[in-house]
Amino acid sequence: MATAVSFQKISRYFGPVRAVDDVTLDIAEGEFFAMLGPSGSGKTTCLRLIAGFEQPTSGHMEIFGVTSEGVPPYQRNVNTVFQDYALFPHMTVLDNVAYGLMVKGIDKPTRHRKALEALTLVALGSFGSRRPSQLSGGQRQRVALARALVNEPKVLLLDEPLGALDLKLREQMQVELKALQRNLGITFVFVTHDQGEALSMADRVAIFNDGRIVQVGSPEDIYERPNTKFVADFVGSSNVLSPAFSKAAGGPEKWASLRPEKIGILPARAKPSPGQQGASAKIIAAHYQGSVTRFNTRTANGEVINVTVPSSLGKFAEGDEIMLHWPKEALHIMAGEA
Amino acid sequence: MSFSRSVSNTLFRHPNWFLVILLAPPLLWLGVAYLGSLSVFLFHAFFSIDEFSGFIKYELTLATFAELFRLSNFDVIIRSLVMATAVTLASVVIAFPFAYFAARYARGKWKALFYILVMLPLWSSYLVKVYAWKLILAKEGIISWLAGELHLTWALDALLAIPVIGGPSLSISFLGTFLVFVYVWLPFMILPTQAALERVPVSFIDASSDLGGTPAQTFRHVIFPLALPGIIAGSIFTFSLTLGDYIIPQIIGNSSYFLGQAVYSLQGTAGNIPLAAAFTVVPIVIMGFYLAIAKRMGAFDAL
Amino acid sequence: MRSEGSPLLLKIAALACVAFLHVPLLLIFLYAFTTEEKSFQFPPPGYTTKWFGVVWERQDIWDAIGLSVKVAGIATVLALILGTCAAAAISRAKFFGRDHISLLFILPIALPGIVTGIALRSTFGIMDIPFSTWTIVLGHTTFCMVVVYNNVLARFRRTSGSMIEASMDLGADGFQTFRYVVLPQIASALLAGGMLAFALSFDEVIVTTFTAGQQSTLPIWMLNELIRPRQRPITNVVAIFVIAVTFIPILAAYYLTREGEHTAGAGK
Repeated sequence: MATAVSFQKISRYFGPVRAVDDVTLDIAEGEFFAMLGPSGSGKTTCLRLIAGFEQPTSGHMEIFGVTSEGVPPYQRNVNTVFQDYALFPHMTVLDNVAYGLMVKGIDKPTRHRKALEALTLVALGSFGSRRPSQLSGGQRQRVALARALVNEPKVLLLDEPLGALDLKLREQMQVELKALQRNLGITFVFVTHDQGEALSMADRVAIFNDGRIVQVGSPEDIYERPNTKFVADFVGSSNVLSPAFSKAAGGPEKWASLRPEKIGILPARAKPSPGQQGASAKIIAAHYQGSVTRFNTRTANGEVINVTVPSSLGKFAEGDEIMLHWPKEALHIMAGEA
Repeated sequence: MSFSRSVSNTLFRHPNWFLVILLAPPLLWLGVAYLGSLSVFLFHAFFSIDEFSGFIKYELTLATFAELFRLSNFDVIIRSLVMATAVTLASVVIAFPFAYFAARYARGKWKALFYILVMLPLWSSYLVKVYAWKLILAKEGIISWLAGELHLTWALDALLAIPVIGGPSLSISFLGTFLVFVYVWLPFMILPTQAALERVPVSFIDASSDLGGTPAQTFRHVIFPLALPGIIAGSIFTFSLTLGDYIIPQIIGNSSYFLGQAVYSLQGTAGNIPLAAAFTVVPIVIMGFYLAIAKRMGAFDAL
Repeated sequence: MRSEGSPLLLKIAALACVAFLHVPLLLIFLYAFTTEEKSFQFPPPGYTTKWFGVVWERQDIWDAIGLSVKVAGIATVLALILGTCAAAAISRAKFFGRDHISLLFILPIALPGIVTGIALRSTFGIMDIPFSTWTIVLGHTTFCMVVVYNNVLARFRRTSGSMIEASMDLGADGFQTFRYVVLPQIASALLAGGMLAFALSFDEVIVTTFTAGQQSTLPIWMLNELIRPRQRPITNVVAIFVIAVTFIPILAAYYLTREGEHTAGAGK
């Protein structure tokens, strides 16, 4: 498959601030690619570099094999869905969607027909004559999507497009966006700070921190095999264990991650079965969550370990001394330094 | 590629050129022509006038500034300051009830109406407003007539008999000048005061009375302190506008000079540009201090 | 919403203030119809409409009106261009010295008019520039620019910056973006700013006295009548005309900017 977007040692500085710092990255054609990271980590700047709103301070960038430095946004076959949607308030919905075609000089009947098709695609076919101010947040989001898609971009950039929607709508839009991307086969580059969103939608995820990419991989890679403490912390509910703990468990002296659902609980002083590792601990708190119960435990060395077990096994209570055990291969040693 | 597209591309690649193109015309106008004129003129205050030839002596000196402290000149400064202070205080007293009423009790259509009722006199012709008062204050005008109808002519005469502020008629007295100043600058006090009062939540007033505050105490300890930044913002206008005006005292008032008139006659008939410049420095310095104090009291957030 | 009414005393004070602001302007109308031309006698001894006819015949008044319209027109056009450029630059970019420059842009109305006027006059003197229509225009543009600048800047600040990026993203170059997105967004602010600038220039007297030489704009004509009155009711008729010419654009500008705020707020 062809490379849609290629970053080669791209940096973007704002004065002394290194918003993007030496990023090398390839995004394949037709891929649903997520850029995930805390705010200020450089993911949005990367998106703006692809769109052409920012120019790299150094490095080389290509979009479908064409050098993109110095190419203004209006000459890139890339379109953006903005975080605040940026719909033009003085135009109708139809004129908003037809805008890109209008400035290219396409005649009115053609551009209105195409705009209507795009609106129908996002299930807003009958809303063309309204003003953006007369639409709900979710509807505006769809108009923004239609306005970008009508130009048949080769890459669609989405800047936290679901951030302003409420939870239920967000989940619905996640499904719809994913289906849309599969049907159209367009490369989607998606910026978010919501790990759940990134993991559930993307083919591949890049984790950003301090202007650098810390890890790129499939959602499963990222979730199961984080390569640094930062990724494990950021992506979610995994236990992050100290280098001392790894060493005591027979591994190298590096940070490790251990998923809560991989851990089982035995009574204190019970012996883990062969192939399993164990550590004695004390239950600090128990949270009943329906089908599962979540325990916060602490080992003698002060390591805090969260454990999720089916509630049917839940005969343990706060204050109990217990033995934790897990399959040897479940303890994932992280290669990265931090 | 079309011409406009290539221009657009060039500007895109050089965003600083675009900024320069945008900024250059207004900056040349205000930064060079206006600020330049201002600096050159004000710098004349460091020169002096040759008493015999009447020409400007281009030697740096502080003598011209010293001249400001001569009795006749210093009088003008003091008179202007007293007038500006009096006008500001009177504006506060008249503006506050109106602003308070408009901010707290007017709703919807009434609120818009009140706003327009202030905006119209604010923006209507300055000369027309001054002229209206010439009609009102004239010896044969409506005030004298009203006083006669109400058998209060004796009171008006008594008022005009007061030394310094009185005079042969209202239109030839400090009292008249004062009235016109208050009238002309009053809207500048109302608008910021009202804006500040709008931002006082009703719950504050309810809380104060709930805690046992009488209306007078609520006013003194809650409403007034919260409205103060707005009042100070308004006073910047009334004070500065009064200090710089030279048309009103020329039309309504006796023949003693205010700052603006002094500057006007010095640069015109008297041809003493250095002293005119020194006089011009006075309101600028006073307003500089005033603004510094106002800024510290948070008046700029109320603008 | 508060249920209790306002205190009576407050109501009276507020009404008195309204009367104080408006009765003097109403008197101007009354005096335009008086038969007494030598003094400001109240109540007028009789009423007539002949002064309107007299004004119609007076060439000096027509000349003054012509000059005022010309000056205000040119100053407004220049102010629109310069003020919009300044507002665009200040709103879109962060650059060194931006705060100082934005202070400079409000200086002409922050300082008393006499300072602006006298500074320009002394420069004309030093550079040997003869007084003309253009010296008046120069003075007026200086403060009209500020009015336009303030109006347009306020609108730019309420307009989402991503709107311009969205337009470029959809394939519009800088000129197309200006034509289809920026201009429609700031149009009403430009109109309002332009109207205020026109009204301000049409009414301006202080700066004009320093930059006009022998020519008379309408306010200068009125000032001369105020200092050396001849046929007094004529001045009243002219005053009514000036009130009309300045009120209408100001009311229109008020509604235009309100409308703008309304739509911008609804777009959020």
